[in-house]
Amino acid sequence: MSDIAIRARHVSKVFGQSRVLDSVEFELLRGEVMCLAGENGCGKSTLIKIINGVYKPEPGVQFTLGDESLTSISPLEARNRGIHVIWQDLALFPHLTVAENIVFDDYVAKPWKPIAYREALRQSFEIIQQFGFNLDPAARVEELTVAHRQLVAICRVLRAGANIIFMDEPTASLTYKEVQSLLAITRTLADQGISIVLVSHRLAEVLEVCQRVTVLRNGQLVGTYPTEGMTQARLSTLMTGLELEHTPRVNARKGAPVLELDGLSRDGEFEDISFTLNRGEILGLTGLLGAGRTEIAHTLFGMTRPTSGVMRKDGRPLKLRSNRDAVRHKIAYLSEDRFHLGLVQNQSINMNSAVTVLPFLEKPRGFLSPGRIKALTARWVEQLKIKVSDAELAVSSLSGGNQQRVALAKWLATEPDVLILDCPTIGVDVGAKAGIFDIIRGLADQGMAIILISDEAGEIWMNTDRALVLREGRIATEVTPADTTEEALEAVINA
Amino acid sequence: MNKSPNAPAKASIRLGADTLEVLVMTAFLVISIAFFSLLAPGFLSTTNFGSMSMQLPELGLLSLAMLVPIISGGLNLSVTFTANLAGLTTAWFVQGALADMGGIGVPLAIVTGLAVGAASGCLIGVIVAYVGAHPILVSLGAMIFFQGMGEFLTRGGGISGMPETFQTLGSGHWLGVPIPMWIFLAAAAGLMYIMHFTRIGFSTHMLGSNPRATEYSGIDVKRVLIIVYTLSGLLAGLAGMVMLARFNSVRVGHGESYLLITVLACFLAGANPFGGFGRVLPLMLGLMSLQVIASGMNLMGASQHLATAVWGGFLIIVMALRMPFIKSRE
Repeated sequence: MSDIAIRARHVSKVFGQSRVLDSVEFELLRGEVMCLAGENGCGKSTLIKIINGVYKPEPGVQFTLGDESLTSISPLEARNRGIHVIWQDLALFPHLTVAENIVFDDYVAKPWKPIAYREALRQSFEIIQQFGFNLDPAARVEELTVAHRQLVAICRVLRAGANIIFMDEPTASLTYKEVQSLLAITRTLADQGISIVLVSHRLAEVLEVCQRVTVLRNGQLVGTYPTEGMTQARLSTLMTGLELEHTPRVNARKGAPVLELDGLSRDGEFEDISFTLNRGEILGLTGLLGAGRTEIAHTLFGMTRPTSGVMRKDGRPLKLRSNRDAVRHKIAYLSEDRFHLGLVQNQSINMNSAVTVLPFLEKPRGFLSPGRIKALTARWVEQLKIKVSDAELAVSSLSGGNQQRVALAKWLATEPDVLILDCPTIGVDVGAKAGIFDIIRGLADQGMAIILISDEAGEIWMNTDRALVLREGRIATEVTPADTTEEALEAVINA
Repeated sequence: MNKSPNAPAKASIRLGADTLEVLVMTAFLVISIAFFSLLAPGFLSTTNFGSMSMQLPELGLLSLAMLVPIISGGLNLSVTFTANLAGLTTAWFVQGALADMGGIGVPLAIVTGLAVGAASGCLIGVIVAYVGAHPILVSLGAMIFFQGMGEFLTRGGGISGMPETFQTLGSGHWLGVPIPMWIFLAAAAGLMYIMHFTRIGFSTHMLGSNPRATEYSGIDVKRVLIIVYTLSGLLAGLAGMVMLARFNSVRVGHGESYLLITVLACFLAGANPFGGFGRVLPLMLGLMSLQVIASGMNLMGASQHLATAVWGGFLIIVMALRMPFIKSRE
């Protein structure tokens, strides 16, 4: 037996006219945790689907599984050889119990087979015990947290005899603690000889847990590197092909105070929040998920009422009854949930960029001019360099990074003094992230006051003038990135 | 990489998707007219076109009343009974309180009737906006409430015998076109303007696709919902006026069978059952096709019920033909 779990050589795939994968080589060792990295559209998913037997690669490919050589893998063969993929949506049945989900595969091809509940519970319990998970086999999946659902998905593939597991963005919606425990689990599995491939956008955790990282760019293999000695900056460069700056922001100028908070509290959400935001400043608001970051933003944007404390804008007391009040007072808020709250996905790019400024596009009163809407969109498309083929298309047709630019455009159109950005780079590629932060820094340089909410230490460190670290709804400490290292900041956030 | 050759192709598909709806509906209208011109004796006569344009406006106005809530992601199941209530109010005022006021009695009674229609819609809008219950449930409750109230007040009977001036509204012509048709065309043009060139129309489309994201964008979603249902009630009230004028009488339950047909007509015209999309022009063309089928079959001596069955089949065919285009859009 060799140490190689799977090796694939000369993997190519052509869709229509575009070459999605071009003679890529992939090698995974037994008991290894590997990261598959690359920007959206680089061919990661296609590669996984080829190894998993879903897509048929172009001729010329060579697979080595253990000691065996193959020229193709069918989905059934992939399963029989223990190759499994856990996609980001997990593909569980929320209304069924944990045990039923785990043994589900037994029943797939046998619709008439009666379900043996006791047996299912027993077998699930065995698997759960074997790997030391904390999971109740009788619980319904819909009642579980995302982290626990992930365990169910893992149990399912383990029971099916998985020895190679691909995990697609497994950490995307987990809290810091949950991520840590998931990473610990991948290590446990690896110790038992199972090979794991993680696909993740979060470079920090990738470097922490993986032994090697395979980087793809535009359908081509950039290389496979040991993570020993690899930095986030270097990995970004490998993924994007661009040298990205990795230094803290330096801001010489600081303008007059715009927004002042004094002892702002909202029962059950945050307590005693005080700070002053100045013109031209980027203030970081960070902390773990649930520390109260988004809740504070909602209150500043008039979506919720504070229970006590005072807000002042330009020195005058600020009372907001709705987010329309906030917009009138030149406060804008870019939601963290671009898909559900940030943009109306089905409607056009034109409509999404104009929705915040309808009264200004009405001329004469009562006539909303389609021409003005188009002109407005065209102006922002140009200014923010949004890649748009037709602004009448649904905004959902754009990539994540371009969608985020449309979301930015719709708020910039209101000409805000204070711009609150709630996790503006979620679901955005590394390269596109840098582009978005360039825009944000440019806005601050023009005098806009910006609050940047993020739980990624790197983003906060590189882009803010100072950062407030929240813990359980209170400000725990204030950090000046220029005076500290990224690692130190990360430690403070996760303390 | 290969984006440049793809981009214009995409744009032309989009251009198609928007005009496609109109083209498809026009094609169906032309085909159905051609079909019945050949097979139905007297289909091409002025009498037939006269009677078709006499019958279309009621269903047309009710369908417009249904379209607005559908675009907002809801439904107004009370349109027919709202029309009845508005008609009853007008009839009651014309014969009772305003009977002796001469010239201004009739217009005043019409305004009152329309106000009752708008108020009925407004009530639904307020409940939908502030209680947050699903519009189907709210308007279903309202429908049964209006029906019961109307029957209680009229004791199940009707009011008939409108003055001469009122009847001309239903049977008169202007430039050779029946007055109800003019009313329908004016309402449709007005609605088109509102949906495409005003903040309310813009917001209705946005909120129909995603109410929460629309609210996060600073749109007063509650206010828009109230206006949407008030507008729907007003259009239903207008349908009530036309019905009252044409039949010279009004009774609760009048035109009840139109209710589901208005829903059918909206979906036939490409309105999205999940909200956000729906246009007036294809709706009008679709309604015309339905009317052509009904009148044509009537002239051929087929039963009214068979015509209803054909309407249903028509909807299924159009849906089936449209599906590939909807999928390619997604």
